[in-house]
Amino acid sequence: MTTATPPHTPAPRSPENLGFEALPALMSLMTGDEKHDAAATSTLDALWVLYDRVLRVRPDRPGDPGRDRFLLSKGHGPMAYYAVLAARGFFPADWLPGFGSYESPLGHHPDRTLVPGVEIGSGSLGHGLPLAVGTALGLRARRPAGPRVWVLVGDAELDEGSNHEAIDFAGAAGLDGLHTLVIDNSSASHPPPGGIASRFTAAGWSALTVDGRDHEALYAAYTRPHPGRPHAVVARVEPKHA
Amino acid sequence: MDTMRERFASVVSRLLDEDPRLAVVLAEIGADGFRRAAGRHPDRVVNVGIREQLLVGVGGGLALTGMRPVLHTFASFLVERPFEQLKLDFGHQGTGGVLVSAGGSYDWPAGGFTHMAPGDVALLDTLDGWTVHVPGHPDEAETLLRRACAGGAGGNGGGDGNGEDRVYVRLSAQTNARPRPVTGEGFLTVRRGGHGAPAVVAVGPLLDPVLEAVRGLDATVLYAATVRPFDAAALRAAVAGPGAPEVVLVEPYLAGTSTAAAAEALADVPHRILGLGTARAELRRYGTAAEHLAAHGLDPRSLRERITSFTARAAV
Repeated sequence: MTTATPPHTPAPRSPENLGFEALPALMSLMTGDEKHDAAATSTLDALWVLYDRVLRVRPDRPGDPGRDRFLLSKGHGPMAYYAVLAARGFFPADWLPGFGSYESPLGHHPDRTLVPGVEIGSGSLGHGLPLAVGTALGLRARRPAGPRVWVLVGDAELDEGSNHEAIDFAGAAGLDGLHTLVIDNSSASHPPPGGIASRFTAAGWSALTVDGRDHEALYAAYTRPHPGRPHAVVARVEPKHA
Repeated sequence: MDTMRERFASVVSRLLDEDPRLAVVLAEIGADGFRRAAGRHPDRVVNVGIREQLLVGVGGGLALTGMRPVLHTFASFLVERPFEQLKLDFGHQGTGGVLVSAGGSYDWPAGGFTHMAPGDVALLDTLDGWTVHVPGHPDEAETLLRRACAGGAGGNGGGDGNGEDRVYVRLSAQTNARPRPVTGEGFLTVRRGGHGAPAVVAVGPLLDPVLEAVRGLDATVLYAATVRPFDAAALRAAVAGPGAPEVVLVEPYLAGTSTAAAAEALADVPHRILGLGTARAELRRYGTAAEHLAAHGLDPRSLRERITSFTARAAV
C-alpha cells in the first residue's frame, strides 16, 4: 500500500526521442492536415506530460512486468496517442502514414496485440476503467508497492454504466494504485450534476480538475499524493461543440 | 455428496493456497463459499458487489497482469448480461480466464426465467477459442476445474496476458448417479451399439436420462462433459458404417446448440441430426427441475419417444 507517490524516474530521452513540439507534425503524417482542431488534440497535452514526466515505461522494454500501465479507454481519435508513442520511440514514425490502412497496425481504434506500448485494445466505450481496476488489483497482488495504473477516459464516456461500477468499487476498495485521467471537452449530452470531479470524490477518490493545456498544472495534479485512495485528474480542454 | 458449487468453492479455495497466479472474482453470489479463502488471500479473492460488467472487466484486467482469473456467478449474469465484456475484455485483448457458472437452464425453476440461461453455450459459440465443460457429477467438476485453473501457463508471468486459454465451466444442480472418467478433452463412449447404429451424444447431467431412454435400443451413446471443442473424430468413428449416419444430440441447454458442429463433423456424408435440448419458447412455469425436464421433453420417457420416432428403429 503506497502512502505517498514515489519519485518518478521516467526513461531518459534517447536521441531519437522527440519533444512536444514534434507532435503536430507526427499527427499530420496520419491525418494529412497541417492543422488539427481541438477535438483531435484534446488528449495531446495530457498524454505528453504523462509519458514525458510521470509514467515509468521504456520503449526498449514494452513488456517489462514492473512497468507502469497506461490504458487508453477512449479509443476514438487515437492520433495524439500514436504520435506520443512514436515520439517516445515505441514504434517508428514511418508507421504513421499508414494509419487505418489494411497493412498498418495502427487502426482508428488501437489494438494491444498489434502495437508496442499499447496496453489494451479499445474503441467500445466503458471497458478501460474496469480493466484498469483489474490490472491494479493484479499488480497489487503480485507486486506490492509496484507499478501504477493510469486509464484515460472521455467525459462523455463516463455515461457508460460500467464506469460507475468501477468508480464505486475502486473507491470502496481504496485502490491507490489506480489513476483515472478524464479528458473533459464538454461532449456529454447529460453531464453529471455537480461536475465530474465530485462524482469521483463522492466515491472516495482523490480528485483534481485542471487546465488540460497547462503542462505544469497537469504534472502537479498527476503527482499529488493520494494515500489510500485512487486518484482522478479531470483535464478540461476546449468544448467539442464550441 | 456435495454439490458441484460446493466442490467448486472447496477445490478452488485449495488451489488459491497452491497457485499464486490464481484469483477469484465474485459479484456477491457465491461469496460465502470463499469467505475463509478471502481471509487467507485478501488480494486474490475479490468480491466486486452486484456489478457484473465490472466482474468481467476486473477478470480481464487481472489476466493482463499474468494472473489466472476465475469468475463466478449465475450463468445468466456471467455470460448473458456482460456478453460484450467477455468478447472484448478477454478475446479481443488476447487473454484467457475461467468462467464458472451456476444455475444452468432450469436448476431453480421456482426462480423463473430471470435465473435461467439456456442460451449461454450458444452465445459463447459466437466467440473464438472458448473451451466449454458441462460436468455431470461433482467429481467430474473437480477434474475439469483443476484443469481449467492450471491452464494458460504459457504467459510470461507478469507481462502481457496469461495465454489465451479461455474456459467456461457450466456447473449444475442436476447430476448423474456416478462420475465418468472425464479428462477435459473429447467424448467418452459409454455404450456401443451395433454397426451402423445411431449415435446419441449426451451432454453432462443428461447422461443418465439418455441411458435410461435407450435401454434395449440399438444405439451408441457418447458422453460429452466437454462440448467445445466438439469431438468430431469421436462422432465420426461412432457412426462409421453402412447407410446414412443418424445422430441425436441431447443437451441441457438450448436445443440445437451443437447441431452445426455435428453437421460440420459429418459434412462429407449424407446424414440426419436431431438436436434436443431446452425449448426456445419461454415456459413461464415455476415448479421443480423434474417438471421442467419433462416439459422440455428431456425426461427418459420423452427422450425415448423422440429418439425412436427419429430413427424409426423398433426396440429389440
